[in-house]
Amino acid sequence: MSEADWPLFEVFIRSRSGLEHKHVGSVHAADAGMAIEHARDVYTRRQEGVSLWVVRSADIVASDPEEADALFEPARDKVYRHPTFYAIPEEVKNL
Amino acid sequence: MSATTKSSEATAQLQQEAHWRYVLRLADTSLVLGQRLAEWIGHAPALEEELALANISLDLIGQARLLLTYAGELEGRGHDEDALAFLRDAPEFCNLALAEQPNGDFAHTLVRQWLIDAWQLEMYAALEHSSDTRLAAIAAKALRETRYHYRFSRGWLIRLGDGTAESHERMQRALDALWRFTAELITPDQIDEHMSERGIAPSLPELAPRWSARVEEDVRMASLARPAAQPYPWHGKRGVHTEHLGHLLGEMQHLQRTYPGARW
Repeated sequence: MSEADWPLFEVFIRSRSGLEHKHVGSVHAADAGMAIEHARDVYTRRQEGVSLWVVRSADIVASDPEEADALFEPARDKVYRHPTFYAIPEEVKNL
Repeated sequence: MSATTKSSEATAQLQQEAHWRYVLRLADTSLVLGQRLAEWIGHAPALEEELALANISLDLIGQARLLLTYAGELEGRGHDEDALAFLRDAPEFCNLALAEQPNGDFAHTLVRQWLIDAWQLEMYAALEHSSDTRLAAIAAKALRETRYHYRFSRGWLIRLGDGTAESHERMQRALDALWRFTAELITPDQIDEHMSERGIAPSLPELAPRWSARVEEDVRMASLARPAAQPYPWHGKRGVHTEHLGHLLGEMQHLQRTYPGARW
């Protein structure tokens, strides 16, 4: 068995309870169980996390970079979608 | 001084000697196995496996450091962890002979690892309740690490034992080659018995069936055949080693021997 035969898995780590899982990289592994162990060995050597997810890279559906203009351009000139037009009363300390 | 006082002093001295020798055995097994695994760095079959082996190696060397430091204190002759690791010769090492066996192919490395992981799992689980609180604390830490080592090596044992015709054959060959070193894991000598009587160490005759059952079950899951019991010529824990230990120490100790006291 060589690494070339192993499918790729994307690795997500939750760094602390309460935070979300974040993508950190990928590993090759024969199956999901091995992928968790590989993710643990490769990406959590310095106390990076408390929880791991692995997902077969082939199972991820990605947007097409060619369509980036159509997908993301329209949001560009709609500044009013940012909540920056409200005067915040001085009494409100935390927002 | 009366004869009774003299003999009780001699007994106390013997007890102390047994105690540090026992801790040194545990330390040396972890150290030598950790050094063996480190030899894979740059040569493992996949990057992920290389890191896994390196992680286990570092865990083992970490255990060895705690145990060597403690053994040095019990010995009371001013030897620290470095003196014990780098300035002793092969006959003074008292690791299990299994730990020093060469890496061979990946199958040999994994079978050696799995046999020792299964043994350390039982040993540390028992030592966690040792009457020696310092040893119990070291065992508690090591036990958490060992659970993962065992999960790793057992996983591979089953995958490859129950894998292709070639992987099965290689695993069986490794098991057949290494089995003769396993008697030492569960055969007590005077020091083991003495430490067990004092509640410091587990009783090996009580531990043996648990280790054996675990190994039996894993071998069955991996579709391998457990070899028959074999004569037992090696007594690594008493300093009687195979020729492989000398070579391993030659590499491990080279720097400290050539440049005594060298530091980073």
